[in-house]
Amino acid sequence: MKKPFPWLSTLIVVLAALYFLVPLYATFQFSLQMKRGEWSLAAYESVFSSDVFLSTLAYSAVASLAAIVVGAALVAPTAYWVRLRLPKLRPVVEFVSLLPLIIPPVVLVFGHIRMFGSSSILPLTTTDGGTNFLLVSGYVVLSLPYMYRAVDNGMASIDIVTLTEAAESLGASRARTIMEVILPNVRSSIISGAFLTFSISLGEFVLASLLNRPAFGPYLVQIGQDRAYEPAALAVMTFALTWACMGLMQYFATRKPGQRVFPRLTLALSRNEAR
Amino acid sequence: MSFLKLSAVSKAFGANVVVKSFDLSVRKGEFVSFLGPSGCGKTTVLRMVSGFERPTSGAIEIGGRDVTHLPANQRQIGMVFQSYALFPNMSVFGNVAFGLKIAGASKPEIASRVKEMLDLIQLGHLADRYPYQLSGGQQQRVALARALAARPQVLLLDEPLSALDAKIRVSLRDDIRAIQRELNITTIFVTHDQEEALTISDRVVVMNGGIAEQCDTPHEIYNRPTTRFVAGFVGKLNNIPAIVVDPDAGTVRVESDVVTLEPRAVAGRKAGDPIVLALRPEAVSMGTRSGDVVLEAKVQEVYFLGSVIRLKVAAAGVSLSLDIFNRADAPPPDVGSTTHVSFSSHAVIVLDS
Ligand SMILES: Nc1ncnc2c1ncn2[C@@H]1O[C@H](COP(=O)(O)OP(=O)(O)OP(=O)(O)O)[C@@H](O)[C@H]1O
Ligand SMILES: [Mg+2]
Repeated sequence: MKKPFPWLSTLIVVLAALYFLVPLYATFQFSLQMKRGEWSLAAYESVFSSDVFLSTLAYSAVASLAAIVVGAALVAPTAYWVRLRLPKLRPVVEFVSLLPLIIPPVVLVFGHIRMFGSSSILPLTTTDGGTNFLLVSGYVVLSLPYMYRAVDNGMASIDIVTLTEAAESLGASRARTIMEVILPNVRSSIISGAFLTFSISLGEFVLASLLNRPAFGPYLVQIGQDRAYEPAALAVMTFALTWACMGLMQYFATRKPGQRVFPRLTLALSRNEAR
Repeated sequence: MSFLKLSAVSKAFGANVVVKSFDLSVRKGEFVSFLGPSGCGKTTVLRMVSGFERPTSGAIEIGGRDVTHLPANQRQIGMVFQSYALFPNMSVFGNVAFGLKIAGASKPEIASRVKEMLDLIQLGHLADRYPYQLSGGQQQRVALARALAARPQVLLLDEPLSALDAKIRVSLRDDIRAIQRELNITTIFVTHDQEEALTISDRVVVMNGGIAEQCDTPHEIYNRPTTRFVAGFVGKLNNIPAIVVDPDAGTVRVESDVVTLEPRAVAGRKAGDPIVLALRPEAVSMGTRSGDVVLEAKVQEVYFLGSVIRLKVAAAGVSLSLDIFNRADAPPPDVGSTTHVSFSSHAVIVLDS
């Protein structure tokens, strides 16, 4: 028996898609209209030719990567240990990891500035390096909910305890077990956490602005105030980057062990074999 | 000379004592099974041998060395888990090579040993596969090869066959035993399946409530259980209530008949003590001539099992099960018919009432 066509659900999906795509399309179209009377990529050229664009983007990219490394180094062993030895504490740790979603970043950064301001015992904000450090640690905190969740889910999908025991019975030390057995099996989760961290911190405004860092977020806001077409172009590019991150996340999350990162081009070969 | 030795090992989780003064000594190359109901502490004892749990008291020795306080990764044990626990990120080769790599073996050494192990489990052709590409039975074989590759001192298996279907279970069970014999490796095998334990073990430890009730060969465990629990847990048992008449003469009363047993079977009991005469189904026969004790019986049920027919009969005020061989020319008795059953007084296991 054939099912009747699902009109209602189709309608809902179409409406939702329109709600999402129309503004996106409008922004994209607008970004192409910098030259009067013709479509052009002039707004994009203008963005790319700006030194500030490149330097702030580079700065934020480096800060985000640093946040990823620190975050993963902090979260992965913690999630592992909690699952292995302190399973009762898991709800607590999970709650703590969610706090950054509840407490606004402004609170965090004012805390930073008060704790590490020029009159404190550890005046980190007085030096560039110190402030950069505060920014990165702030990003680590902001991305904690996503990183922790991703890694913890990854660990839930394998039997951490038994795999650890299997490795130990074969003589492996704790460190070796983590490096060779646990991490490779949650690598895809760490990578998805990394992409989420990246997309959050790349355009982050509040921390960067209040710590007065030359970052991409404040630049975006500045451009938005000064120009008309470039912000549209930037919005489209940022959007594309975020989606690229999501796509990569999806790819790594579903990748099977032993599968190549990029599928090898075996077309010609298999045709030969077929003969 | 025992190779693996547990002396008065106890384990408590908080106030809950789950293993009580457990003693065991296993010879080099011996295959010992732990058999018992769920929650009786089998896994806990095994985990203390492997080093994943610390005993609350007592000592464990492997190969003459006290390992009680040695961490798991220094005990040189091979472990096989119910859930296989292969490393998902490594190929079959990588899994089997893992222990050798840790032990610092050279590349060619690893390659040849892994090949040897994979040939042993007959999976040499699957070296490049990943665990998710293997069936359960294949995964468990790989897990066995992985556990054995680095030549451990003892092999510990915790219900390795429980997750497999019946046919694979039997064939892998036989393979485990064959490989164990070939390598002459001291082995402890945990199971709650009595057929499994009795089939492949040199000795079986029957456990109950954290206590080793009896530790003996399958033949002794089955035929001469020393406790009521073992008698009831291993195999099927018919229980006939009886009263001691004269312990010196070995006479007991079953209903209105007086039956003579070997005097040592009732040694230490007094006249008038209530006891239970326990009998395996195969020790009871139809007719009057298969033993010195004869009872009147009425057939209640007939179960046709193939080569064997199991009958349920009412006799001596209780319901008895007995097995007879199936013969093409002799149909089983009808339900409701009256007959006699008999058994030898030597086959009787006397238990407390
Ligand atoms: N880590 C632990 N903390 C507290 N109690 C535990 C722990 N591990 C086991 N126990 C308890 O110890 C008892 C024995 O457990 P064990 O796992 O040894 O049983 P088992 O004989 O292996 O049972 P099964 O056949 O179900 O595997 C159980 O009552 C269990 O609840
Ligand atoms: Mg168990």
